[in-house]
Amino acid sequence: MANVQSTYKCTRKSSKIKHSKDDLTYYTIVYITIAILTFSVIYPIIYIVSCSISLPSAVAAGKVVLFPVGFSLEGYKRVFAYERVYIGFRNSFIYTVVGTFLNVAMTMICAYPLARKKLPHRNFFTFLFSFTMLFNGGMIPTYLVMRDLRLLNTPWIMMLPTFGVYNMIITRTYIQTNIPDELLESVQMDGCNDIQYFWSFILPLSKPVMAVCALQYAVGHWNSYFNAFIYLTNKNLFPLQVFLREILVLSQISPEDFVDEETSIQLQGMADLLKYALIVVATAPILCVYPFVQKYFVKGIMIGSLKG
Amino acid sequence: MARNKKLNILAFFIIFALILVSCSTSKQNSSNTTNQPSATQETSGSEKTNESNVAWEDQNVTAPGQLPIVKEPITLTIGIASNPSVSPWIGLANFQKFFKSYLFKRTIVNTIRISLYSLIAGFPFPIIFALALNSMVHARLKKAVQLITYMPHFISTVVLVGIIMQVFHNTIGLYGTIVKALTGQKPPDLFAKANSFLHLYVWSGVWKSFGWGSILYLAVLTNVNPELLEAAEIDGANRFQRVIHIDFPVLVPTIIIQFILRMGDLMSVGFEKVFLMQNDLNLRVSEIISTYVYKQSIGGGSAADYGYATAIGLFNSVINFVLIILVNKAAKKFGETSLW
Repeated sequence: MANVQSTYKCTRKSSKIKHSKDDLTYYTIVYITIAILTFSVIYPIIYIVSCSISLPSAVAAGKVVLFPVGFSLEGYKRVFAYERVYIGFRNSFIYTVVGTFLNVAMTMICAYPLARKKLPHRNFFTFLFSFTMLFNGGMIPTYLVMRDLRLLNTPWIMMLPTFGVYNMIITRTYIQTNIPDELLESVQMDGCNDIQYFWSFILPLSKPVMAVCALQYAVGHWNSYFNAFIYLTNKNLFPLQVFLREILVLSQISPEDFVDEETSIQLQGMADLLKYALIVVATAPILCVYPFVQKYFVKGIMIGSLKG
Repeated sequence: MARNKKLNILAFFIIFALILVSCSTSKQNSSNTTNQPSATQETSGSEKTNESNVAWEDQNVTAPGQLPIVKEPITLTIGIASNPSVSPWIGLANFQKFFKSYLFKRTIVNTIRISLYSLIAGFPFPIIFALALNSMVHARLKKAVQLITYMPHFISTVVLVGIIMQVFHNTIGLYGTIVKALTGQKPPDLFAKANSFLHLYVWSGVWKSFGWGSILYLAVLTNVNPELLEAAEIDGANRFQRVIHIDFPVLVPTIIIQFILRMGDLMSVGFEKVFLMQNDLNLRVSEIISTYVYKQSIGGGSAADYGYATAIGLFNSVINFVLIILVNKAAKKFGETSLW
């Protein structure tokens, strides 16, 4: 018996070590490819963070290559003293929280009836929704609809039209495939009406897909720029991304933000430092949260890849 | 049979949409004689217009934004959708205007160039990356790699463009620093060159999305039958042969579906990123249909022609729609998979 075990161990051990020459080259290539790709992703990110905490003069002189040169939090101080950034943060936060809640509610309310097999003309309604994924009028007709709905220059424009048909379809598919019809039949026997069924059975049972949708919507809201750009003219309603465009892309940094600076090189360094710090500040909230919710995203892609 | 019925309904919708929009593409004209709807309709229509004009002007007074939004009440130029009595029927004149314009060829060529380049450059990366990740032995390392490579997906377009502009700045950016260290000279300004726009656009897109795109393929790879792998191993197939002959064929249907989806998007390049990366120097290659539509309408100021812009947008939508139907048919025929 002991002999058998030892031979077994032996073979296992040897099979673990045993790689043919081909395999070794293959694994080397695989690991090198992955190392290169990962490095190319992480490098610009580290570079941005390093720049944001380096000395302004080092940034302006182009001395930062990977690790920070010197140390200063001056950029961050400027960012948080910036009124536009504050307004943007506040608005983006409100739009993200309220908008995500509204959109998930809309998605559930819409997906549940479409998942019920006895809904009259169900295919027709599903078709109406999915058709909009394939065909739409374009920018101007949408703009006109929003204008006639009196949504221009209101916070609602940032939260209501963001409802996603794609999310609705995956929610519907999820409800259809994961919640058996027998459940409805049995609770109906017990005198449960449709609203009770939705509230106390469908909602708790579709928590995973709701999480997926909520994450999609939340990231969408936080990063959304187009809607604000097209529909908003009131500066007090602008989300962070619009201010980011002004500062990062158009370089509209007003000189009065740097009144105490003396030389122009310092000014330039300061402006760039501010940009780097701003990139970090604007992206950090999402990048901090996403490792914890990554598995839900993966789940969302899995559900979404189902045909239905 | 059912499919035919569906196609009929689709065809009906296209025709309906065409009729609707060709109505709204008509220009403003001073004569009110061509269209005479019933009196009640007319009055309600004009009331509505007045109201929205007032609201629009109020907005302009209270919020003079920096953004180039139209400064005049646009209701007047819209036509039938808002006020039936103002716009006469002009048929397909706006479409003809676009087809004759020199920007017709340019915007279409630019759109297709950008999306084809993105497709060719970006499509193989997630597949190769997923296959490589799948053959990694160290589970923890794999997790770490995934965590890092998914990260750029969550960076917003505005921040991405900001990062590009900082990193590829020719004096203070990483690009400038490295080229200067290697050659001793200051490199040319990439943002002033038209061709570099294309490369920056496409490769930053690849950077942003290859990790995320690999999730789907990785998920599909979990469906590989382990018995097959074992049998192949016993028969003497090395790891690379197993990947090519067992893992890869499992991915093929998914690859076809993804390819279809991307081909259907051939004529719809996202507005945001192109618009953000656009400047006067690269307009020759960066003016695409959606940015042109924007500039002809909402971003056009007093020169805005909403009917014309709508016509271009509709033309684009119709092409997108036809494309997706065609590629779906092709996929059904060749790959035995389809979207619906």
